[in-house]
Amino acid sequence: MDIKPIEPGAIELLDMYYYMRLGRAIEERLELEYKGGKLPSAIYLGRGQEAIEVGAAYALEQGDVLAPTHRDMISQLPRGLTAKEVFTNHYARANSLTRGKGEANYQGDLKRGLFATVSMLPDFYPVATGAALAFKLRGEKRVAMPLCGEGATSRGDFHESLNIASVLNLPVVFVVINNGFAYSTPPFKEMKLSDVAERAHAYAIPGVVVDGNNIIECYLEVKKAVERARDGGGPTLLEAKTLRMRGHAGHDAAKYVSKELIREWAQKDPIDRFEKHLTNQGLLDEAGIKDMTGRVTQEVAEALKFAEESPYPEGQEAVTDVYRE
Amino acid sequence: MSTANKPKETSYIEAISQALWEELERDGNVFMLGEDIGYYGGAFKVTEGFLDKFGPERIIEMPIAEEGFIGMAIGAALMGMRPIVEVQYADFISCGWDQIVNVAAKMHYRTRDAVPVVIRGPSGGGLRAGPFHSQSPEGWFAHVPGLKVIVPGTVHDAKGLLKAAIRDDNPVLYFEHKYLYRRIKEVLPEEEYVCHIGAAKVQREGSDLTIVTYGAMVQTALQAAEKAQAGGVSVEVVDLRTVFPIDKDTVLNSVAKTSKAIMLYEDTRTLGIGAEVAAIIAEEGFEHLDGPIIRVSAPDAPVPFSPPLEDFFIPQVDDVIAAIDRLSAY
Ligand SMILES: Cc1ncc(C[n+]2csc(CCOP(=O)(O)OP(=O)(O)O)c2C)c(N)n1
Ligand SMILES: [Mg+2]
Repeated sequence: MDIKPIEPGAIELLDMYYYMRLGRAIEERLELEYKGGKLPSAIYLGRGQEAIEVGAAYALEQGDVLAPTHRDMISQLPRGLTAKEVFTNHYARANSLTRGKGEANYQGDLKRGLFATVSMLPDFYPVATGAALAFKLRGEKRVAMPLCGEGATSRGDFHESLNIASVLNLPVVFVVINNGFAYSTPPFKEMKLSDVAERAHAYAIPGVVVDGNNIIECYLEVKKAVERARDGGGPTLLEAKTLRMRGHAGHDAAKYVSKELIREWAQKDPIDRFEKHLTNQGLLDEAGIKDMTGRVTQEVAEALKFAEESPYPEGQEAVTDVYRE
Repeated sequence: MSTANKPKETSYIEAISQALWEELERDGNVFMLGEDIGYYGGAFKVTEGFLDKFGPERIIEMPIAEEGFIGMAIGAALMGMRPIVEVQYADFISCGWDQIVNVAAKMHYRTRDAVPVVIRGPSGGGLRAGPFHSQSPEGWFAHVPGLKVIVPGTVHDAKGLLKAAIRDDNPVLYFEHKYLYRRIKEVLPEEEYVCHIGAAKVQREGSDLTIVTYGAMVQTALQAAEKAQAGGVSVEVVDLRTVFPIDKDTVLNSVAKTSKAIMLYEDTRTLGIGAEVAAIIAEEGFEHLDGPIIRVSAPDAPVPFSPPLEDFFIPQVDDVIAAIDRLSAY
């Protein structure tokens, strides 16, 4: 089956650009607040991963489901997660999506096709595979997309999911964001393969490697896999190569990452690259970039203010919602 | 007084590092498995400097594969090694559940083969770390025959019990409370010591009422006891130290003296360690009791993230005082 997705038009491209910029602006603010000791929460930043985060999520349609991890806040933005929701959740407020029960990026909203992640990696690989099974059983043309890092692919859950999805020919697109580190551990200590995508061969499904810092490539390749899955072509394993540009979490100065490596990847910054592309296409200019800066800066400032002014939950709420009444 | 003469204080986390270090030095069969424990020195820096000293053959960094490396530790233990597994947070031990409760726990019962493996990790709440980085998993494992479960509440015991765990021929789960890591300090004995697994300890003597507790709640109990003393109530604090096996004698002796008992634990209420100890007292110490056995514990809910929620969830000194007041009325 040869699927050629339609190239994104100007509206889609600028939309993706907005989400990348918004994601980065939110994270820059979170980092500032964290360093200032204002956040009760840990932070897990996806800086440098904006192209695959946005490109993958943008390739989904209404009705599809996305299962991000601790690091993938940015992937949730194209699915409708707002800056206010990001800040209220990090600030542990009563009006956040988890009502103060879950931390950091651990929020979700099934109505928007967003699973609320848990820490244990990659617990949502099987869960998303199960969502895909439900779609198949009901004859719905919907697709499930779990994300995880290269480190999480060492766990059995990862392999069990790929195998079952392959055997049952389920509509899942397994996206692995290979950002060069699992906490302090580089991939060569985790696996002998140089491409995670090679793991696909063991399950007789397609394995694809993309440049994780090139949003158009990310989007088109993921889109291909999504449409294949939707048309009954079964699962795909897609690996996006990128670099985690911050420590594992806010407290981690990542001294184990060489400065040269960071410098090298800063040259490949996904937002800079996309801006150049859009500028070359005549879709963006200096003024447009400035406008976007103004727009996302304001959005983030308003969201932060909103979160800070929002009340905390009452203590007794600790025992509510353990069960559905 | 010059600070130079002051005996050196050791923190809870340093005590854990020391125990590991000394046992690695003492016994060539001891080695460690875990994520980020080598070059990085572990998520909480428990093994900082270990890779340099003991090398990559004994400080072995693992991929994210808990079921795999916990099972491997069991296999190496059956071959006569004494592996220590670090799980990055105790919560992640759930990913190795099957190997622990089926392979390790039931081996000796069936074949009389020793499984000298230690699985340790940071547990407990109070750090605004949310539902997946704050759990108290001791109750899950205390329920499985064949496992020993340790939750040290003091610096002294953190060291002495970890050494005992490493030398024990059974699978031992050792949950260190991460809230205590850098918050409590003690001057430790200069000479080597090993604590006894299965022995509770009276951390404070009192005559009116007994609090049975363990882990970080030992500190909460001691603070509450201090406060109660000011109000004229003399509280005895019994620290279980080992939550399985439970030292019945120390608990029952204390209750025989005070006639009143509060079970204080950070784990959730139903079927928690305190519930079991309450049952022991009800069965074997009934004639000593002058009032109900009261549980002060977390409610039956996941550990929430938001500060007011977590403070409500984790037993506080005032919650213990309220229980002391209630029980004092009998
Ligand atoms: C089963 C499990 N073990 C350990 C951890 C602790 N931990 C959190 S993130 C992380 C590294 C994950 O690396 P990777 O999968 O590459 O994702 P990344 O953080 O790079 O996005 C580890 C070990 C975990 N979350 N889950
Ligand atoms: Mg990674």
